[in-house]
Amino acid sequence: MDQFNLEIISPEKSFLTKSDIEEVVIPAIEGYMGILKDHIPLISFLKPGIIDVRSKNETLNYYVDDGIVEFKDNTLSILTSNIFDLKEMDKNKVDKIVKDAEEGLKKENIKDDERYILDQKIEVLNSIKSN
Amino acid sequence: MPSLDDLRKRITSVKSTQKITKAMKMVAAAKLRKAQENAEKGRPYSEKMNNIILNLSAGVSDPQSAPKLLVGTGKEDVHLCVVLTSDRGLCGGFNSNIIKKAKNYFEKIQKEGKSLKIITVGSKGYDQLKRQYGKHIIENISFKESKNINYFDAAKVGNLIIEKFQNEEFDFCTIFFNKFKNVISQIPQAQQIIPLENKDKDKDEKLESNYEFEPDEDEILSNLLPKNISTQIFKAMLENSASEQGSRMTAMDNATRNAGDLVDKLTIQYNRSRQAAITKELIEIISGAESL
Repeated sequence: MDQFNLEIISPEKSFLTKSDIEEVVIPAIEGYMGILKDHIPLISFLKPGIIDVRSKNETLNYYVDDGIVEFKDNTLSILTSNIFDLKEMDKNKVDKIVKDAEEGLKKENIKDDERYILDQKIEVLNSIKSN
Repeated sequence: MPSLDDLRKRITSVKSTQKITKAMKMVAAAKLRKAQENAEKGRPYSEKMNNIILNLSAGVSDPQSAPKLLVGTGKEDVHLCVVLTSDRGLCGGFNSNIIKKAKNYFEKIQKEGKSLKIITVGSKGYDQLKRQYGKHIIENISFKESKNINYFDAAKVGNLIIEKFQNEEFDFCTIFFNKFKNVISQIPQAQQIIPLENKDKDKDEKLESNYEFEPDEDEILSNLLPKNISTQIFKAMLENSASEQGSRMTAMDNATRNAGDLVDKLTIQYNRSRQAAITKELIEIISGAESL
């Protein structure tokens, strides 16, 4: 299968760079989106969800809170401020994020789009927990 | 002429000060390496972010509908200045340089009759500005508790700025920080972040504009610009922390050297007066023996 490049960058550091990627599934704001080689140039946002990175030998899964995605010249760049490897997410960590999100939902002056994001977050995290 | 005892005390005191400055220099050197590494690691994010925004804003055809964070409010009455300084002293001219740069800008603005609002980040900046510009300072933020520079602190400042912008409390926003060039030179910088300064405007580089956007362009842009503000502040904070350590290292190196010089000078003086005392005693003995 054809391969392309992936870079995941957080404000603190370059989180991951790989050049043998076959497919990436990202949680774009309007739904999950699969990206293969020679996708047209794209800019989009992420909602809380799981990034699924498939290369020839391995499959990597990450949880993200938010982020920006750009695909150009067969390089997929993901800018995100909050990213965790799924393997490193234990129950306590998940519980803590869920609790924070639930607390955010309780605020009175919350906007609809914020509520949507938080709902998404809780849903995804609960599904991680049940796995 | 100080007595021998006084001199001895002074030499010991200078020596112990030298030990402290030397230790501080070593600590700063170790911290500098880490801070520099962090600053370098943080660069790709802000560069990429800038690129995406450039690509996006190139596609904005109608300035009327463009987000205000990009094009400004159309007025220029109220200027907000965010002054980023350190929380600790003993770092040479680091804080004073930023303050000097900021004060020049403040004066310029006040001469033009525009009103001024200041947010200080870091307690040293607040201490230096509160006397002259106390009534202009609307917020004083300090991250003394957080050990490392992290993005969430920067996002806190960023969100505060955006909130104030949305409440139409100001029209222009400029941040002041030290850009790290190398260990001995840090350059105070003023960077305008609202409205976004398009530095590469003159470049005739053909920007790719056949992007697919999801959701549409305007929504992405209005979502991205607030994030960019936090990113710019984070970048400034990283540069600042590298500069702070570099500046402290140089200052403490100088202090150590000066203390060494002082110890040498005092030792010579001490030896001389010791010799003088001995000679005096000898003369007294000899003249005493002669008179017998």
